[in-house]
Amino acid sequence: MVGIIGYGSYIPKFRIKAEQIAHQWGKDAIAIKRGLMLQEKSVPGLDEDTITISVAAAKNALKRCNINPKEIGALYIGSESHPYAVKPSGTVVGEALGIVPDFHTADFEFACKAGSEGMFVAQALVKAGEMKYAMAIGADTSQGAPADALEFSASAGGSAFIFGKENILAELLFTHSYTTDTPDFWRREGAFYPHHGGRFTGEPAYFKHVQGAAKAILEKSGYSPSDFTYAVFHMPNGKFPLTVGKKLGFTNEQMEPGWVVNLMGNTYSGSSPTALSATLDVAKPDDLIFMVSFGSGAGSDAFIFKATDKIIGVQDKAEKVREMLADNPIYLDYGQYAKFREKIIMNE
Amino acid sequence: MPSPRYRREMPQRYRLEAGKCKGCGKIFFPPRLICNKCSSQNFEKVTLPENGKIITFTIIRVAPQQFEAEVPYAIAIVELENGVRITTQVVDCDPEKLEIGNSVKLVFRKVQAEGKTGIILYGYKAVLV
Ligand SMILES: [Zn+2]
Repeated sequence: MVGIIGYGSYIPKFRIKAEQIAHQWGKDAIAIKRGLMLQEKSVPGLDEDTITISVAAAKNALKRCNINPKEIGALYIGSESHPYAVKPSGTVVGEALGIVPDFHTADFEFACKAGSEGMFVAQALVKAGEMKYAMAIGADTSQGAPADALEFSASAGGSAFIFGKENILAELLFTHSYTTDTPDFWRREGAFYPHHGGRFTGEPAYFKHVQGAAKAILEKSGYSPSDFTYAVFHMPNGKFPLTVGKKLGFTNEQMEPGWVVNLMGNTYSGSSPTALSATLDVAKPDDLIFMVSFGSGAGSDAFIFKATDKIIGVQDKAEKVREMLADNPIYLDYGQYAKFREKIIMNE
Repeated sequence: MPSPRYRREMPQRYRLEAGKCKGCGKIFFPPRLICNKCSSQNFEKVTLPENGKIITFTIIRVAPQQFEAEVPYAIAIVELENGVRITTQVVDCDPEKLEIGNSVKLVFRKVQAEGKTGIILYGYKAVLV
């Protein structure tokens, strides 16, 4: 059997409240908080990027397992905000974690599901016996265009998962991937901000793919929604995951532990992985966990995990997601936020 | 900071690798070739602990051009758990509220970039715990 042997997350310390963004652009904060179910979002520090977030999340994952980083045979980083266009983030992260030089690395990109893509590949390599351990990270420091609805959600953070065959915390029972060519959201090479294709964003993109992957894995596994203790879905805003979960037959109680989007925002490639991490923080042995990611373009990866009795001993070995969200955040006003996100044109 | 030196210093900047003298046990960070205490040239690689406390600090209000966006920021001398002292920036905090004796841990952050098109230089900084 194969499964997660270590997991960890990282969320930057800085936040901006929905009111600040609404005030800047003359929008109705109450309507946005009600409609998108977003109160505030994380903002990366000036010295943080996908690479530093990945290192921080990976260090927390390593704290939860007692392995030599040199035994990690593959490192995959999924992000749509890799700092370099050419030069994998995995090279720097592998060096910082001491995994170098005998490992395989690649940067994945698939809008918000690049992190789960990495998980999909990492677990398969371990399952195939190609290597002892493989690590996958989903991390982002995403930008929404100023005044765009995405500006209320696009945030920063990430989670890392180490897969192995021994000392498993959560066994991976089933996987399924569901992908089509759907022009709901894209960013052309060289463009700073992404575009979204209006009527393609909701029903034909998020809902179709999440439900497609979810129904296929339920059929494959023979489980029904009521068999699961927890369910996590990609969280582009607060409303979508709760709506898709309900459509599929899951309850708010199953989704609540992983539903951190109201305080964190949408961490893109780090979104559903961080929901999984927050869920593992509270899981008990034998709990079944359902996970479906979503990436525009579009596709979803689905996973079914089962927590083992080893989960109890590791939850407190690193900071939990809810602890990071509550740990004295530093609130920014819109001007500071614009500076942090380098939205202000400076004289060179 | 030229790129070749940055590459050479990655073990210390990225992973806090120090040199421990096999002759007298003194730990050097950054590592060095000859021990200034016992003149031994035999060192073993040790990794510094990430946790420590602020011994003293100063607040930078007028910074070199590359760091102008970060002012005011704090530079501190941090004593790590094994007694080794390092100089580092303290981030994710209001520098006016820092105090000597604050507990910190070292984290991996972007230190600077060689312009908009050059390489990005990473290393350690401290955050409050
Ligand atoms: Zn010596």
